[in-house]
Amino acid sequence: MDAFIELDGVEKVFDVRRRTGFLRRERRQVRAVDGLSFTVARGEIVGYIGPNGAGKSTTIKMLTGILTPSGGRLRVAGIDPARERTRLAHRIGVVFGQRTTLWWDLPLIDSYRLAHRMYRIPDARYRENLDRLVELLDLESLLEVPVRQLSLGQRMRGDIAAALLHDPEVLYLDEPTIGLDVVSKARVREFLGELNTERGTTVLLTTHDLQDIERLCSRVMVIDHGRMMYDGPLAGLHEAGESERTLVVDLERELPPIDVGPAARVVRVEGPRQWLAFPASESAAPLVARIAAEHPLVDLSVREPDIEAVIGRMYADRETVVPGARNS
Amino acid sequence: MGSVRLYAAVAAGSFRRYATYRAATAAGVFTNTVFGLILVYTYLALWDERPQLGGYDQAQAVTYVWLGQALFATLALQGGGFEAELMERIRTGAVAIDLYRPADLQLWWFAADLGRSFFQLLGRGVIPFAFGALVFPSALPSDPWLWLRFLLALLLAMVVSFGIRFLVALSGFWLLDGTGALQLLMVSGMFCTGMALPLNAFPEPLGGIVRALPWSAMLQMPADLLMGETGALRTYAFQAGWAVVLLVLGRMVQVAATRRVVVQGG
Repeated sequence: MDAFIELDGVEKVFDVRRRTGFLRRERRQVRAVDGLSFTVARGEIVGYIGPNGAGKSTTIKMLTGILTPSGGRLRVAGIDPARERTRLAHRIGVVFGQRTTLWWDLPLIDSYRLAHRMYRIPDARYRENLDRLVELLDLESLLEVPVRQLSLGQRMRGDIAAALLHDPEVLYLDEPTIGLDVVSKARVREFLGELNTERGTTVLLTTHDLQDIERLCSRVMVIDHGRMMYDGPLAGLHEAGESERTLVVDLERELPPIDVGPAARVVRVEGPRQWLAFPASESAAPLVARIAAEHPLVDLSVREPDIEAVIGRMYADRETVVPGARNS
Repeated sequence: MGSVRLYAAVAAGSFRRYATYRAATAAGVFTNTVFGLILVYTYLALWDERPQLGGYDQAQAVTYVWLGQALFATLALQGGGFEAELMERIRTGAVAIDLYRPADLQLWWFAADLGRSFFQLLGRGVIPFAFGALVFPSALPSDPWLWLRFLLALLLAMVVSFGIRFLVALSGFWLLDGTGALQLLMVSGMFCTGMALPLNAFPEPLGGIVRALPWSAMLQMPADLLMGETGALRTYAFQAGWAVVLLVLGRMVQVAATRRVVVQGG
């Protein structure tokens, strides 16, 4: 596999000075990123998640070159970002959900014209890309509208287009769906999926919205306290987090909690309805068969585990889990 | 070549941006005209008592007032340009976006500020200036070449003004709150540019000191050039000297600030 982004033991230590008295100051070192290693292949779309302050933004900043690592080795497209920030800037696109790169008081199209000059995009290429992005992101009616008058969802689509005009090989997205309504979120996700499949753009997606990850990413990296907690397929996250699925059964009448041995346990009873938890890695079929045979079953449903809960548990355990498949 | 087009686009965008604030421009024209009237009558009273104060006659003093009002916004004599915006971007960390762009921070903001200056010159400068010249006696030259030389001095004044404000804005990388620095800029601007009183009229040795400071390159020197009180070469040399010093200093501070951000985070 062609490794496009490579991190090997990357560290970032900040000096934090704090006033402890009138003139006394205490110096403390904070490890924002602590020995982080991973590779992302060209064309991959990877979710990068972790709680606030986990080191996600610090990683992105190091990848764009606006922050130098304190230690370790970092390469993007073979380039050391901190040393050749400007050269790399022509090959990457960045979207910050909470900040805009667009020109606030001017019509959207002015920001694109500026990107045209800034990235020295050949005229024909610029027009072609602009037309395509305007169509895909439905920006036609917004081009002449000042950015400050755009809704959050419109602005975000505008920002994404601005980040892609120069055909970047990799796109870093920091919370691209934050604050968006359901329709806008779906639209942004759909677009990113298409971008990745059709143009092979490598995407690193930082988000708190796990639906973004579920819809888009085949691989997910979980970071906490600057360390990799998990790196692997989304499905493996369930096992890693020892998550449970829930079987909800409706019985004919109110009954005492069902006893099916160690396979599952009843976690809740409400009238004729009972909730049974069982390991996510087990099949539900034998369990259902047994309940149906032994009890008067009317209806049932299986609920998938909440990834949020899985990750929450993972943070609580704080144990590094790296499946062998991804271990380089 | 590509860079020239980029920064030209930045300047043009900034010009258009300021052009969208129509009500603010109209209010500014009104304010500058009213302030001009107040100052003109104050100066006339002063020059009645002290004829030839600072080497100006009454017509020159009046022309000086209207020039000051016309250039007040153009040269952001007391602030009000890009500096507050850049400081805010530094404070919120949005400056990180400016840094990952394939563009130079100083040139980018210089281009944006030039665009703003040109708009303010046309949008806010011309009307009060024309009003003053038509209603009051004036000491304006008829030689078109002198006007041309004045315009070049004005351009250099824009560079000096930018140089000072860029340094003030960059102080935001070290200060937690830029309000103090901006107030310092405002007060020093009022006093040292000669907005309150021409620097020629300051008592010595104070006058000699303020006339040597970069602020005098903004209003005092171009005004003297336009009214035939000083030569073009002397003016340009003084302005260009300060422009180079300020821009080089700004570049050095920018490198230090960038290193600080790049190593220490925003």
